[in-house]
Amino acid sequence: MLNRQGRPTEAGDASLSWHDTFTGNRGLQLEEALIFETGRIDVTGVDLDEPEAFAPRLGALMREEEIGLPGLSEPEAMRHYVRLSQKNYAIDSGLYPLGSCTMKHNPRLNEAMARLPGFADIHPLQPPSTVQGALALIEELSGWLMALTNMDAVAMSPKAGAHGEYCGMAAIKAAIAAKGEAATRRFVLVPESAHGTNPATAAAIGFEVKSVPAGADGKVHPDAVRALMGPDVAAIMLTNPNTCGLFETEIVEIAQILHEGGGYFYCDGANFNAIVGKVRPGDLGIDAMHINLHKTFSTPHGGGGPGSGPVVLSSRLSPFAPVPFVRRNGETLQMVEDAAGTQALGRLTAFHGQMGMFVRALSYILSHGGDGLKQASEDAVLNANYVRACLADLMSLPFGNRPCMHEVLFDDTWLKDTGITTLDFAKAMIDEGYHPMTMYFPLVVHGAMLIEPTESESRASLDLFIMTLRDLAFSALRGEKERFSGAPYLAPRRRLDETKAARSPVLRWTPLQPVAE
Amino acid sequence: MAQTRYTKDHEYIRVEGDVAVVGITDYAQKQLGDVVFVELPQAGANVAKGAQAAVVESVKAASEVYAPVSGEVVEVNSELESSPALVNEDAAGKGWFLKMRISNAGELSELMDETAYEAFVQSCG
Amino acid sequence: MRYLPHTEIERADMLARIGVDHVDELFADVPGHLLLKEPLDLPRRKSEQNVARALAKMAARNVPAGSVPFFVGAGAYKHHVPATVDHLVQRSEFLTSYTPYQPEISQGTLHYLFEFQTQVALLTGMDVANASMYDGSTGTAEAVLMAHRITKRRKAVLSGGLHPHYASVVRTQSELASDDVVTLSPDVEAREDLLAAIDGDTSCVVVQTPDVFGNLRDLTAVAEKCHAHGALLIAVFTEAVSLGLVKSPGAMGADIVVGEGQSIGNALNFGGPYVGLFATRQKYVRQMPGRLCGQTSDAEGRRGFVLTLSTREQHIRRDKATSNICTNSGLCALAFTIHMSLLGEAGLKRLARINHANAVKLADMLKSVKGVELLNGTFFNEFTLRLSGNAHEIVEKLAAQNILAGVPASRLLPGKGLDDLLIVANSEVNSDEDRAAFIAALKEVL
Repeated sequence: MLNRQGRPTEAGDASLSWHDTFTGNRGLQLEEALIFETGRIDVTGVDLDEPEAFAPRLGALMREEEIGLPGLSEPEAMRHYVRLSQKNYAIDSGLYPLGSCTMKHNPRLNEAMARLPGFADIHPLQPPSTVQGALALIEELSGWLMALTNMDAVAMSPKAGAHGEYCGMAAIKAAIAAKGEAATRRFVLVPESAHGTNPATAAAIGFEVKSVPAGADGKVHPDAVRALMGPDVAAIMLTNPNTCGLFETEIVEIAQILHEGGGYFYCDGANFNAIVGKVRPGDLGIDAMHINLHKTFSTPHGGGGPGSGPVVLSSRLSPFAPVPFVRRNGETLQMVEDAAGTQALGRLTAFHGQMGMFVRALSYILSHGGDGLKQASEDAVLNANYVRACLADLMSLPFGNRPCMHEVLFDDTWLKDTGITTLDFAKAMIDEGYHPMTMYFPLVVHGAMLIEPTESESRASLDLFIMTLRDLAFSALRGEKERFSGAPYLAPRRRLDETKAARSPVLRWTPLQPVAE
Repeated sequence: MAQTRYTKDHEYIRVEGDVAVVGITDYAQKQLGDVVFVELPQAGANVAKGAQAAVVESVKAASEVYAPVSGEVVEVNSELESSPALVNEDAAGKGWFLKMRISNAGELSELMDETAYEAFVQSCG
Repeated sequence: MRYLPHTEIERADMLARIGVDHVDELFADVPGHLLLKEPLDLPRRKSEQNVARALAKMAARNVPAGSVPFFVGAGAYKHHVPATVDHLVQRSEFLTSYTPYQPEISQGTLHYLFEFQTQVALLTGMDVANASMYDGSTGTAEAVLMAHRITKRRKAVLSGGLHPHYASVVRTQSELASDDVVTLSPDVEAREDLLAAIDGDTSCVVVQTPDVFGNLRDLTAVAEKCHAHGALLIAVFTEAVSLGLVKSPGAMGADIVVGEGQSIGNALNFGGPYVGLFATRQKYVRQMPGRLCGQTSDAEGRRGFVLTLSTREQHIRRDKATSNICTNSGLCALAFTIHMSLLGEAGLKRLARINHANAVKLADMLKSVKGVELLNGTFFNEFTLRLSGNAHEIVEKLAAQNILAGVPASRLLPGKGLDDLLIVANSEVNSDEDRAAFIAALKEVL
């Protein structure tokens, strides 16, 4: 099985598969049960003293039944979760080229700062006089975000990028309502290449989506926008740099079309990492843009979250920012928590946003400074273009071999007639020790492969990545189908049966003999 | 023999006496891949030609199924709830979606017959 | 710059390989007059030592909960979290991985999400739970939308005991989507008539227990009336530890249970990141928002886990998705799961008993303070006091003495005539000394 590449194979021939070991383990790849199979109801890894006898005040609402929660002692818990962690790919262990996701290095200084008791151990409803340092941190981070974007205000409370989109679009809806146009401006223009969150957000706020076609060059053109613009259009939601990895050249004219027609310009800031310190979104005519602190400003992705999505707003939208927000009153910082009597949106979340992420983001920003942030964006763009230049002879570029921003988009034209799909190619990368790139997104390109190396990769790391992709590409073109069609062979799991998972969903562990209802 | 007609969205409608059976074509199920879920309307619902009548889901896609003609849904294939794979295994037979009472038989003539549909599928590549 | 690997020579070599002379040629698509030629006028890069100094200085201006007698709750709770939890959360492979879209190399994340979903389902007494929401408040708003999808109605009834910030999030969302919301008056002593508010247009009733004032609520009658009218009962909690001692919402007939999971495994963090718990009945699973992890097998027949039922989600359904949510609260869910695994049933129940015992102790001590009236008939670890003075002013005075006494109800519900009410929480972290200091200081200022 291991010699499918026509390479020396002594090791492969001698190796055992999981079938052959007693435990199912393969050396350091350890199988692990669920806590429900190993834990015990009466075991606990936390020593607590039983309270003295007292008269409960629970009325008739005491929980009498067994809950069914297993417990683990501390060494058992440690080993269980360490073993699980070893089944994950991570930035700390390798290049993570997921386009549109900005998997950059997560500095550990950020983690240490976020855990200072002065930040981690303060309550959102403590008296403001006891959290002046926290409010100062929010104010300082806000200042940086406004300066880097040249925008008027920033709403800090959104909990993630999609929540930021929601906030920005809600501000737009409020602004439209304030002008008495809520009933007429019902449509939002969204390019076909947009992230799925954009149309989902517009719909959640009660707008209808009109799709804007992309040009043959992967960009949105003013004529296409002009053709759809009218008194019934509330806004456009445009990603810039866009999801094809290209800067929208005619973005200023697009903004003008929206503004002259009485609409607003929402920018999806997912790809801000390409342009920090190089271009300011406020100079482009943008009215609102969310910033993913977990992308551009290095807060950890954490296997899916938590994120953080502050939204910068132009002067046209700043009166509609949601509560709560920080206001300076001389030496004192105040928290404005009540929207009554103002144009402010109500709350979008219970408290002040992702404070833990604000600390990490500010730690990253202060470490870089204005000069370092600009350098980071330049290096991110440099790295993506280096990958492009070194692969352009083998893999097809849907919009030609021209400069990209911080990510480079290939399609599957070059795989035509090999019988190998984008998915197969990506899965074979796993056997080589790489996380796959973003696949089949954006939708406007067939078999898309979107590579974002980020500025964190050294030249040596990029060279090895490029050589690996070249080796895989030659192998694909030579027709070595087996290397791809069954991949991955060497990961903790082979391909998983997603059809089975979706046809009869098993979403929790249940005891072998389920208790009848 | 029952009369079967086809839409450009790859639904079929087979007239069987008073009622007509609606499903998706074999070509459509192949394009979708493994069907994992089918969302069906309530019996008794009135649907207009071209309106959404059902949703069929594969692992990575959700596609709307449109009513080929106008009418009243008289029965839905409840077996698909537990066995969505029937759509892949037997799209024209056990994998049917719903039965409807057609309100305007004239609409049938606007649809493709089998020969026209086969040619249409060829042109889809 | 310590995070950027390239030397100037390497940069020049790479530019040459690309075929350009200057990096700005790669920015050729940016309108020339808008490309910044000079760095912005911002502070320059700082060493690790200097960043740490600057941030530590800010942190020092805050009063951490652990440094003073601390009785603040109302939606976020201080508990002791074992050191093991944070150590494991900071494992590189958990901390710096992405959403598990490639299940073959993400089994670690998927495996704990499956454990998390099961723990949440057991704790809430429900069939299934998702892989988490941003927090309890946004989860509550999503639950209302889910109820609207299921019932095809658009009117939500919010109990007057629901955390006012949660109610506010639901109202903001409903206003934007043109849905109806009926918010009952603040219900300090759990006396409202929820049954009277339910009619044939009601999509859902949202009730919190323990409520924001600390009262426990029996949901059984509300559930029955909801179901008789084709409406759903959404049960909310903000203190997950309470579920170790108090009857589960599932057992009382709730259709959707949503809550804040911060108090297990997670720090206070000034309000975030937190973790929203979201559970429901099996029959509603396809109307659920958020990520779901499911069990399956791989090509060799071994058990494995994947994200599943993703056709509900934004990246496939786009404008027809159940929600625009993209992330979950992964690391916070991990912290919850590890802490819960360490506690186990025995530990959770004991922790809950300690919390309740401490609160009972404090309530009994407060009887001796003139000008203080306990308003709760029932409570878990939090209750509401009527004071003989302005609660906000009293909290400020006690803060000046380094005692964080609780949350004035008027901060959550301004302008409602609740100026004399104070919401006080008491968990296992409070010692007898803390309670004595609180009582003594309160006697002094009243």
